[in-house]
Amino acid sequence: MTSATLSRRKSQLTKGRLPRYAVWVVLAAAVVLAAAVSALVGFSIVTWAVFAAVFFVVGATLVTATVEGGRKATDSLATYLVYGCFLLALLPLLSVIWTVLERGLPGISYDFLFTSMNGVTGAVDNSAAENGTPVLGGAYHAVIGTLQITLWATLISVPVGLLAAIYLIEYGTGGPLTRAITFFVDVMTGIPSIVAGLFAAALFGLLFGPGTRTGFVAAVALSVLMIPVVVRSTEEMLKIVPNELREASYALGVRKWRTIMKVVIPTAISGIASGVTLAIARVIGETAPILVTAGFASAINWNVFSGWMSTLPTFIYYQILTPTSPTNIDASTQRAWAAALLLILMVMLLNLVARFVARMFAPKTSR
Amino acid sequence: MSTNSLTSTGRAGDSGDKIFSGATLAAGGLILAVLFSVAVFLLVQALPTFSADPAEITGGAGFGSYILPIVIGTVIAAAIALLIATPLGIGVALFISHYAPRRLAQIFGYVIDLLAAIPSVVYGAWGYAVLAPQLAIAYAWLAEYLGWIPIFEGPASQTGRTMLTAGIVLAVMVLPIITSLSREIFLQTPNLHEEAALAMGATRWEMIRMAVLPFARPGIISAAMLGLGRALGETMAVALVLSGGALQASLIQSGNQTIAAEIALNFPEAFGLRLSELIAAGLVLFVITLAVNIIARWIISRHKEFSGAN
Repeated sequence: MTSATLSRRKSQLTKGRLPRYAVWVVLAAAVVLAAAVSALVGFSIVTWAVFAAVFFVVGATLVTATVEGGRKATDSLATYLVYGCFLLALLPLLSVIWTVLERGLPGISYDFLFTSMNGVTGAVDNSAAENGTPVLGGAYHAVIGTLQITLWATLISVPVGLLAAIYLIEYGTGGPLTRAITFFVDVMTGIPSIVAGLFAAALFGLLFGPGTRTGFVAAVALSVLMIPVVVRSTEEMLKIVPNELREASYALGVRKWRTIMKVVIPTAISGIASGVTLAIARVIGETAPILVTAGFASAINWNVFSGWMSTLPTFIYYQILTPTSPTNIDASTQRAWAAALLLILMVMLLNLVARFVARMFAPKTSR
Repeated sequence: MSTNSLTSTGRAGDSGDKIFSGATLAAGGLILAVLFSVAVFLLVQALPTFSADPAEITGGAGFGSYILPIVIGTVIAAAIALLIATPLGIGVALFISHYAPRRLAQIFGYVIDLLAAIPSVVYGAWGYAVLAPQLAIAYAWLAEYLGWIPIFEGPASQTGRTMLTAGIVLAVMVLPIITSLSREIFLQTPNLHEEAALAMGATRWEMIRMAVLPFARPGIISAAMLGLGRALGETMAVALVLSGGALQASLIQSGNQTIAAEIALNFPEAFGLRLSELIAAGLVLFVITLAVNIIARWIISRHKEFSGAN
């Protein structure tokens, strides 16, 4: 062993280069030094981590600069910063997921899932806080509202988005109309969600009198956000359907619309389905458009065409901003985090389903 | 197509073709109509604001002086978000495209995309309950030692619910957008350019600086612009995190407001003139984000033409 190490040290190829373990030595030194320094200014995990990161980057760069030269030092500095960026980006993700799990899990119960906030007042929350009884009230009405509104938004967006994408790919000839639709679909993906909500509110306000707020208005608002996503993903999927399939169908004398319905769409269906699922996942968590279109309800409302409705996002929003009992906000906070957990689970589930659908029923194009 | 007797098999199929193509055309037209009517309906509902007596507008000095502070607030929040998220997003994208081990890169990509899957209201709740109290400690320090800079002027907010916190939460929300777009552009860099740079003896960073970044510059700019569009229109994070108020320079005191949050906080109780005032504010936001998005798309499409990459 020693002779091998010795001969490697002597090699001209590795002369003037740091051994691999040097980075770990510097890291260990930086962590120890940072612990000492942060103890001086008042110890906390955050200051420790910050000092350790700074010491490590500076120290490792200096060591590289003295042994390997300036260009290598710049290179390793860039490497550390890029790795640091990634670790920094993970922090909020981990923190959000941890927070939602930690604070949301205690609130998830049968009662939470299957009762509404109907009749749950500040007094109820106060007595729960004083007597230690379980927190009453739940998000059943909000879950129903979320599902209803999202269902109607999907019913509106999917046909429109699908047909528009078919027009762009199968019928569009690259003329001004096709280019205009492509361009404005792109622009529409950038519409702020609250503007979509205001649009629906303004539209129904003009048609049915000001202050018209129902679940259906919210569904229209969500469709404005959802249609461009459906169009874009469907377009991408139709593009990868090989032309040979279409030509084979035409060669058999099949009409264009039959070709699209029987050949093109079945080939692309998995991608389209997963695109639609992702679009649903995107709009199910929207809050702002619901706030201005569906109002807020604490009781169960199955009818999207009349009466105010609550969804999980607005439920979270109001439970935090205007707690049911201003003096004992813990009950409301608990309900809000439980609802947040429920919402995140729904979104993650939809994302997983989309991935699964895309993978399991992938178009059999490559041969 | 041809009018060959073999393909014309009867009227029934013919009308089916016409109906179907008509339906697809109608759907395409509907999208244009929706975007157009968004502008028209907002304008119609906002009109009373512009013709109303300036004294009746909130603030009592006309729509201009009502909207200007919240426009500036919106721009400040988006600017903070972009200043943080752009360098970070480029770093994360570089990590995934050029630094991470090949096998793990895709998984890391999914992990960052998870950031985009979390609903905005959850970010708002997180910023309100977790991030703001943490940052309040840092703000107290900033106010004590850097208070002479106007944006860090004390006294710092005790709750941490300030413009800077809102900007940081927005930065987390636009990070996945900037990351995923720049990542795609970085991966499109011609391999020959990269290998040529490495063959000349360039280190990895020199290769990225000389081959990858120049190639990706238009893509990065448009990714940042799309992130800007998202940050300008984001509502819930600001509405929950920021304890709003009048426009002011200090970012670590409560105060300032953005258009989207102003609408969300006041719309549920608004009626009459106040309603059309808020819709007018929404119209302003719509115009701003539309302009930002159109510029971003224009940069992307121009880039596509001359790069030859598809």
